[in-house]
Amino acid sequence: MLTYILRRLGAGLLLLAVVTMVTFAIFYVVPRWAGRTTEQLATMYVGRAPTPEAIQATIERLGLDKPIVVQFGEFVRGIFLGAQYQFGRDTIECAAPCFGYSFQTYQEVFPEILSRLPVTASLALGAGVIWLVGGVAVGVISAVWKGSLFDRLAMGVALAGVSLPIFFTGLLALAFLVHSWGLFATPRYVPLTEDPLAWAQGMLLPWLTLAFLHAAMYARQTRAGMLETLNEDYIRTARAKGLSERRVVLKHALRPTLTPIVTIFGLDLGLVLGGAVLTEQVFSLNGIGRYAVQAITQSDLPVILGVTLFGAFFIVICNLLVDLVYPLIDPRVRIHN
Amino acid sequence: MTAPMDVPESSQHAEPEAVVAGARNTASRSLRQIAWQRFRKDRVGMTGGVVVVLLILVAIFAPLLTAWFGQPPNQFDQGLVDPLTGGVLCDPDDPAQGLDPWGGISPQHLLGVEPVNGRDLFSRIVYGARTSLLVATVATVVCVVIGTVLGILAGYFGGWVDVVISRTMDIFLAFPLLLFAIALVGVIPDGAFGLSGNNLRIGVLVFIIGFFNWPYIGRIVRGQTLTLKEREFVEAARSLGAGSTHIVFREILPNLVTPILVYSTLLIPTNILFEAALSFLGVGINPPMATWGGMLENALRFYTTSPHFVIIPGLAIFVTVLAFNLFGDGLRDAFDPRSSD
Repeated sequence: MLTYILRRLGAGLLLLAVVTMVTFAIFYVVPRWAGRTTEQLATMYVGRAPTPEAIQATIERLGLDKPIVVQFGEFVRGIFLGAQYQFGRDTIECAAPCFGYSFQTYQEVFPEILSRLPVTASLALGAGVIWLVGGVAVGVISAVWKGSLFDRLAMGVALAGVSLPIFFTGLLALAFLVHSWGLFATPRYVPLTEDPLAWAQGMLLPWLTLAFLHAAMYARQTRAGMLETLNEDYIRTARAKGLSERRVVLKHALRPTLTPIVTIFGLDLGLVLGGAVLTEQVFSLNGIGRYAVQAITQSDLPVILGVTLFGAFFIVICNLLVDLVYPLIDPRVRIHN
Repeated sequence: MTAPMDVPESSQHAEPEAVVAGARNTASRSLRQIAWQRFRKDRVGMTGGVVVVLLILVAIFAPLLTAWFGQPPNQFDQGLVDPLTGGVLCDPDDPAQGLDPWGGISPQHLLGVEPVNGRDLFSRIVYGARTSLLVATVATVVCVVIGTVLGILAGYFGGWVDVVISRTMDIFLAFPLLLFAIALVGVIPDGAFGLSGNNLRIGVLVFIIGFFNWPYIGRIVRGQTLTLKEREFVEAARSLGAGSTHIVFREILPNLVTPILVYSTLLIPTNILFEAALSFLGVGINPPMATWGGMLENALRFYTTSPHFVIIPGLAIFVTVLAFNLFGDGLRDAFDPRSSD
């Protein structure tokens, strides 16, 4: 068991290292392949229309003229130990973990991300609970009543659901459910600590829209998994023992079906937590994803870099958590290790 | 056992020659023929397939269609729009009648017009099909090439090659794709690799989508290769002294064509959604080129006055993605009946 945990932790750390390298490559190596000069690269960090002196200062400040390996070293160092930038006579302090510094807004990126995290986290966790519970419940009922009207209807909706992009369903919801029919409050974020009711009210529509998209996939997965498990011999044994159908379905069949679902859930949740880009954009929620999109319209590169890195870290960490939770749900993992 | 009454005389006294002739008449059917017969009976899959073919025709004949039924996709007509709100007027000659939530659908404008610019929506949808299918298909080809090569390498050679490739696939599948795509579009300059403008954008989109989605094909190819290489015919080829190149290209690859085709069909809708998402975020194709995602980005500002501007491009994406999904599901079930529930 301990070796299992250690091995997973090691794999997680390795993944973090790879993710950091890839992010670094995207921001420092790919632009050069695409033919950007050091000066042009520096311009992307200053933004607006800088003077040649400002560009030169940025090159020196960010060390853009140094070898790639040295730059990568400083990039990693910034994450662990923080970084300092010479800015005229001032020294700008970017505290660890330094995910970058925006020279357009004169703000450190990491605190900005953290300040937006509650929005994204509210969105992700609320929607996550709805899509997990809803999707699995629909999948189980569909599998048990295979071929019934409910099953055909639910699977029809689910198939449509996986083919609907959220920027379409979200806009439809805004146009009709909010604007024309007034069934929902206009989506907005109110901190949970401030007013729990307003928080839930403002987030309800984004939750449902985001959850619908994922629930469709989870329902299909759960149904397929349940149908497979329900054909297993041990299910027949359980029935032959005279267990109630309810017990057979909920205790014996559901559990092995849930294991792959939990894995996907961890991945999906990590992905959404790192920035629900599309949902936040549709509903104008000021979360991490929207921060990145706004940064790209202003060509504020350090922000995009920081958000990308943060998002990648979140996915890796969620993966790791799933790996650590795995032995609790799947006894085979415990036995084999 | 007595013979049934209505059986013709001849068949009760079957001559050996007749039996042999009957055996000759039963033609053997290949897997593809069996699958086609199965697929033909699958009405849902067939419908999907027909819609897919129609969409491809629409994309190819976009200039003809817009010449017959619409206006040029970039022809502005601000007379149709309310200058204050940008919404589409009910009657351009009488602005007092207010805004038309259905976007001025008329014989001249089959799907109405766009808010603000008054461009013909039908033409923009038709041209959007071009962009969408082009990017998604070429990106799928990129996925298939990378996925097939690496999948075969991993499955056939096994050992550390497999470990490295499989781990790489895991890493790719765990990446925040959308964020990386946004980032990549941000760092690539306006002119690079000998391309510029929207040609470069299309190139970058194809590269990003293809490069990040190949593991889906890679995993399937790896799994298939693992089982194929243990089969008797591969064993036979090896015992006859065939080298790895011969086995991979002549024995294994032909058997991978079908699963690769089936799963590519299922990858195209994913890629269509990805392209639409990037265009929606404003990091995809640049205006004035028509994209469905780009239209929805604009619709974000007009959903209160012109809901048709949300519905029409959204339905275009939905119908296309659904058709490809149904078609792909049908093909998969036809080739591999075990995969259907």
